[in-house]
Amino acid sequence: MKRALIILAGLVALPAWAGEHGRAIPLPAVYKTECGSCHTPFPPALLSAADWQKTMAGLDKHFGTDASLDAKTAEEISAWLKRNAGGRASATGAEPRITASAWFKREHREMPAKTWQDSRVKSAANCAACHKGADQGRYGEREIDVPGMGRWED
Amino acid sequence: MKKVLLLIVLGLAQNALAETPAQFIASYSAEAGAGFIADATRGKAFASRNWGVSEKLASCTACHTDNLRNPGRHAVTGKAIQPLSPAVNPERFSDPAKVEKWFKRNCKEVVGRACSAAEKADFIQYAMGGK
Repeated sequence: MKRALIILAGLVALPAWAGEHGRAIPLPAVYKTECGSCHTPFPPALLSAADWQKTMAGLDKHFGTDASLDAKTAEEISAWLKRNAGGRASATGAEPRITASAWFKREHREMPAKTWQDSRVKSAANCAACHKGADQGRYGEREIDVPGMGRWED
Repeated sequence: MKKVLLLIVLGLAQNALAETPAQFIASYSAEAGAGFIADATRGKAFASRNWGVSEKLASCTACHTDNLRNPGRHAVTGKAIQPLSPAVNPERFSDPAKVEKWFKRNCKEVVGRACSAAEKADFIQYAMGGK
């Protein structure tokens, strides 16, 4: 009985673990189109609901660009982001920046500094440079291939 | 009879919505004024020009490269951009809302103002030739 309960607890916890470690949630087409043209469509779990709200409220000054959307599209995307937001607070200033968060730095602590400067990577926000499934929302280890380093062996 | 009429109306509606690069050029050219002829060489010059507005996104070619048949790359984020040439990428210049959205955004950011109808026509003409 006790063993069964432990296994059951583990199974129940699995989705939460999976959510953090590569189980992709499907990205709606509108999100990929509107928020994945200029950069990777970031997984909503990487910012808190409050941070997403801040981001969506300031789209006209989105990291130096006017990324405003029509009200209907903005509303649709905001609702989806809020529903799928993560629990972690990020590193933030006025503009929540995923790559500046403690979480991001911890996840990528084994990356040598020179990789970020590689022209094939160009930006820490360019997830797809190494995470080959990033444009579809997938970040599993098996799909990691780092320019200049190769497949990820853990 | 009703069914046939419905199908005809739907067929016509489809044609009204669908657009091709040539149709975009035609409508921007008409907007540019009587006698305006879109010119690919002018379009290329426009696309290559450094407008001095944005440091990283100084010209259209900063992201779309000087050969529109090639994939591009966002000059800040590094994100891959599908080729702009409709010859290589048939999706390009097919959706009026999308075309208007990107002209609006990118002209403001790169050129520092809205692009004129003439400039848009020239640009698409250049994109069609794609070299």
